[in-house]
Amino acid sequence: MIQAKYTVVRGDYARAGEASADIKRTLKQLGVDSSTLRRIAVASYESELNMVIHSLGGTLTLVIDNDRVKLTSNDLGPGIFDVNEAMQEGYSTADDIARNYGFGAGMGLPNMRRNADKFAIYSMVPDGTTIEMEFNIG
Amino acid sequence: MDGRIHSVTLDKERCTGCSNCLMRCPTEAIRVRRGRAHIIDERCIDCGECIRVCSNHAKIALTEPLSSVFAYRHRIALPAPALYGQYRNLPSISLVIEGLIRLGFSDVVEVALGADIVTRAIKEKLKEKGLPKPMISSACPTITRLIQLRFPDLIEHIIDVRQPMEVAASLARKQYAQKHSVSEDEIGIFFISPCAAKATAIHNPLGHSLSQVNGIIAIRDIYGPLLQAMDGLKVGEKETRATRYGIGWAKSGGEAKAVGSIKRLAVDGMEDVISVLEEIENGRLRDIEFFEGAACRGGCVGGPLTFENKFIARNTVKCLGEKLPVTHPDEVIHLEQLPPIPLHFEEDLKPNDSLKLHPSISGAIERMERMQEILSILPGYDCGSCGSPTCRSFAEDIVRGYCTQNDCIFLLRDRLKVMAQEMIDISQTKREHSNDN
Ligand SMILES: Nc1ncnc2c1ncn2[C@@H]1O[C@H](COP(=O)(O)OP(=O)(O)OP(=O)(O)O)[C@@H](O)[C@H]1O
Ligand code: SF4
Ligand code: SF4
Ligand SMILES: [Mg+2]
Repeated sequence: MIQAKYTVVRGDYARAGEASADIKRTLKQLGVDSSTLRRIAVASYESELNMVIHSLGGTLTLVIDNDRVKLTSNDLGPGIFDVNEAMQEGYSTADDIARNYGFGAGMGLPNMRRNADKFAIYSMVPDGTTIEMEFNIG
Repeated sequence: MDGRIHSVTLDKERCTGCSNCLMRCPTEAIRVRRGRAHIIDERCIDCGECIRVCSNHAKIALTEPLSSVFAYRHRIALPAPALYGQYRNLPSISLVIEGLIRLGFSDVVEVALGADIVTRAIKEKLKEKGLPKPMISSACPTITRLIQLRFPDLIEHIIDVRQPMEVAASLARKQYAQKHSVSEDEIGIFFISPCAAKATAIHNPLGHSLSQVNGIIAIRDIYGPLLQAMDGLKVGEKETRATRYGIGWAKSGGEAKAVGSIKRLAVDGMEDVISVLEEIENGRLRDIEFFEGAACRGGCVGGPLTFENKFIARNTVKCLGEKLPVTHPDEVIHLEQLPPIPLHFEEDLKPNDSLKLHPSISGAIERMERMQEILSILPGYDCGSCGSPTCRSFAEDIVRGYCTQNDCIFLLRDRLKVMAQEMIDISQTKREHSNDN
């Protein structure tokens, strides 16, 4: 079993995407096939960026065993008031800075759900949001 | 296709093992062992970065000397458009063409003309429905190899049109043989190149098995002789057959401009190209249609085998282009009227698996577990003294069996400390024993 934990800092656009880049690198060294890799790439990047943009910061955890990859994002707040609404395509509360960087289409969460083989989201205001995703490999 | 044949090599006599190149290699292909650098051939993508940074000039590109062209009865020069940028205040491209003839070439076919044809072929390709976005240019062989190695999942984005060099060579051979009624294999075709990557591409073509180019001459090597050969030449009638767009391919952004899609992106320099490829992988650039990545800053005018400063060369190429009419390849190149030459790949590009830890996922996971254990006791300085570029690659090298933990000077120091303490302990036990007596 392989495990890695990445700290994601609120508002740190300069380093945003580094955790996902490292995750992709690990998966490529393991030889995960291209289409699965692309699905994991999209999901991990979107969850990392959501923590940078919308949360107070948190962690992204990667666990790999012989037949699946598990990605968990866990942040420190503020939580999502209405998760069903947030899961809708096109729903976004992104601010001007985020929109300037090309975010805010409201497609991140729907894309995570679409790309993962298993997807679960738990959120509490003001404690934070946890997203668990699983991908079958091998 | 054999990934091991490539152009960048080490001159062992000159290498002092200084490690300057170690951390600069974008694919972590360099190791310093026993006081000398080594290149892991399967991982080298011929970007030329190590050639640029080696102050001992120990990293070299294998190219041919100018004299080698005389092995052929008929010799055609294929100048890269970057060659035009090498001569400040060059009044006209015709001088370069005439100069090459003076140097002993029987004919000159510009790679810029190949670029015009390729521009048309790419535009046709982009009209196809259902292509992944963005499509990625295959013009810079270093970027294609980078994708095969580090972004194998993006291979399907690469445009399956051959490089301008290959298209120009096929055209040159066909037309020359016909015009002079000679056999095609009596003709030697030489590309005058800004980089090592193109040299590798003739031994190891991308997307097809045989290259039409017989040899590569570095711009650097021909610069002086050509300057002399152009001496006293007047602007002649041998004007360029290429458009200003084809010539513009020498600069980064030139290809994208020629292709002309509104949703295009051109990026130069390895680091920036890598970060864009990451974005494409993350699905964040789907609104772009065409991506042109050049390994070298400035594009091919910044190639490692060029002579002139890249900014000046860029400007020279720009000025030469502006002297030509505003004709687009669309107006002068008609693909259906060309002689039958191959424009597209004949085989799929394959991923380069040499970064994989093991052929099976379970085997690779096992190796990575060991890597993580080793990594947890390494200091994490990425200092390079072990001869591997980072602590992570060092852990990988240990797991692959290429070195041992003792190659890390920090681990060695800790072990020595423990050993020294043990020696003291042993010596003290002896004294206690002797006191007992
Ligand atoms: N970790 C989080 N913490 C708090 N709120 C979040 C978090 N993740 C998402 N949200 C909320 O859910 C909304 C939708 O998220 P989603 O990722 O789908 O879209 P987006 O981030 O706004 O835009 P895009 O991802 O397309 O750039 C966000 O605008 C935000 O209000
Ligand atoms: S040419 Fe580039 S890829 Fe090859 S060893 Fe040198 S720096 Fe590395
Ligand atoms: S940018 Fe041009 S000169 Fe540089 S490696 Fe690529 S093809 Fe060669
Ligand atoms: Mg989002």
